[in-house]
Amino acid sequence: MRQDTKMPTAEARDFATEGASPSGTGAIGAAISIRGLSHSYGDLQTIERLDLTVAAHGVLGLVGPSGCGKSTLLELIAGLQEPESGAIELGDARDPHGRLDRCAYMPQRDLLLPWLSAIDNAALALRNRGVRRAQARREAGSLFERFGLGGFESASPAELSGGMRQRVAFLRTLVAEKPVLALDEPFASLDAITRAEMQEWLAGALRADPRTVVLVTHDVEEALYLCDAVAVLSARPACVLEQLRAPSPRAANRNAAVTAQEFVTVRERAMRALREGASAT
Amino acid sequence: MKRWLLPTLLLAVLIGAWQIAASTGAIAEALHIESFLVPSPAEIAESLWQSRSLLAENAWVTVREVLFGFGCALVAGLGFAVAMHLFETLRLAFQPLIVASQTIPIFVIAPILVVWLGFGIGPTLAIIALICFFPITVNTLDGLGSVDVEATKMMRTLDASRRQILWRVEVPAALPYAFSGAKIAVAVAVIGAVFGELAASGAGLGRLIFQDMAQLQTARAFAAVVVLSAIAIGFFGLIALAERRVVTWR
Repeated sequence: MRQDTKMPTAEARDFATEGASPSGTGAIGAAISIRGLSHSYGDLQTIERLDLTVAAHGVLGLVGPSGCGKSTLLELIAGLQEPESGAIELGDARDPHGRLDRCAYMPQRDLLLPWLSAIDNAALALRNRGVRRAQARREAGSLFERFGLGGFESASPAELSGGMRQRVAFLRTLVAEKPVLALDEPFASLDAITRAEMQEWLAGALRADPRTVVLVTHDVEEALYLCDAVAVLSARPACVLEQLRAPSPRAANRNAAVTAQEFVTVRERAMRALREGASAT
Repeated sequence: MKRWLLPTLLLAVLIGAWQIAASTGAIAEALHIESFLVPSPAEIAESLWQSRSLLAENAWVTVREVLFGFGCALVAGLGFAVAMHLFETLRLAFQPLIVASQTIPIFVIAPILVVWLGFGIGPTLAIIALICFFPITVNTLDGLGSVDVEATKMMRTLDASRRQILWRVEVPAALPYAFSGAKIAVAVAVIGAVFGELAASGAGLGRLIFQDMAQLQTARAFAAVVVLSAIAIGFFGLIALAERRVVTWR
C-alpha cells in the first residue's frame, strides 16, 4: 500500500474556480422525484409510501438505522430494480431502463477490477460505450490529474491505498457522465482521518463538476457536510421522518464548517430523529 | 530455495532407501518373490538409458493423446461452462449429467468405446476427454459465478451489456478457477491415456508398461512409469507457467 497523498485541502479548493465539467460539456444534472414509493423484499416491507425530491445538481443525504432499506432505495433510484408501487422520475425518465441510462451507481466497496489498471477501471463506462481504449484512457486520464491521482494511472488497484481506491471508484462513476450519481456509503471502509480527507475531496469534486447526487451514509456529520439536505429515514419499513437543510454544504474548509454552532445544532436534531426512528419499532 | 530443496531431499532419501532395499534383496525376500522382479533405481535408470529410443517413441504417442484429449476437453469444457453460466435452463439440465459422467467406470466403458470407435487413437482420446471435461467445466462454472453481485450492478449502471459483463468481469474472474481445473485435468489425463492404450492401442507408454509386465521386464516398466510421471509434471508445469503469465493480479 502506498501512502495516501495529502492533496485534498490545498487542491480541492481550486475545483470551485475551475468550474467546467471534465468533458467540457458543461454541468449535467436532472431532478429526482419520488412519490408514494413502496417496496418489499419477500414478505418484508422495506419501504412504505416514501416521498422525496432532489433538485437538479442538488445533493441529498439518506441516513437511517442499519437495514432500513437505504441501499434498496438507491437500487430503485438507479433503475436496478422496479418498485412495487409508486413513481420514481429522474429528469424525464420513469421506467427502469431510462433510470439506468441516467444514473451511475457507486457500491459500498470500491470493487475495482483487479485485472485492470487504475485508469482502465476509471474508463470502464467509456469502454462499455464502445470508445476505443486509447481515447478512453485520454478522457479518464484528464480527470486523474485534476482529482489528485496523477501518476497512478497505470497502478494496479492492489497498489493503491484505501482512499485512492475510493477516488478511482468515484472517478469511474463520474466518467460515466450520468446526470445522477447514487453513492452507497462510499467512505464507510476508511479510517476517520482518510474519511475526512475524502469528504473534503468529494466536496471539491462536486463543486467542480456538479451532479444530482443521492448519498447513503451512516455518518450524520458526513451527510450534513456533503449534502444540501439530509433525509432521516425510519427503521423498516422506511419512510422519511425528518428532512433537514444543511447549513453550509460542501464548504471549502470542512473543519470550520462541521464545528460551527449552526452545524452542531442541526447534527443534534438529526441524531435525535435518528434515535427516535430506531426505537420506534 | 526451500521450495526445491525439500522435495528433492525427500526424493533422494526415498530413492536411496529403495536402492538399498532392492539391491540387498530385502523387498523380494519380504514379498517372497524372485529378486529380478524388484528392480533397483540404478537398474531402472540403466533401462531408461538403454531403451531410450523405444521409450521416446511411445512417450510421443502418449503425449499426443494427452494433448489432443485435453485440448478437446478444454474447448468443450470452457464452452459448456460459459453456456451453462448464461442459460439457467442449460445449467439445470446438464449439471446432473456432467456429474454422472464422472461415475462411469473407465474400465467398463473402454471396451465399448473400442467397439464404437475402432482400435486406435479414438477410444483413448475419448477417455482422456471424458475425464478432463469434468474438472475444467465445474471449476470454470464456479469461477464465472464467483463475481460479486454488486460488481454486476455497478457495471449495469455503467452501460455494460450482458456480453460486456461476461468479458470484462466474469471471464477474468473465472480464469484462476479455469487454470486450477486444467491443472487437475492434465494430471488425470495421463492416467486416462494409460487406460485407453491398454484397451485400444498398440502403442504408447501405457501399452509398453503392460507388455513389459507381461514379459516380466520390470525395470523397463518402471522406466516407462518414470517417463509417464515426467510427462504429467511437464504438462502441469506448462499450465502453471501460463497461469502466471495470464493471471498477473494474484
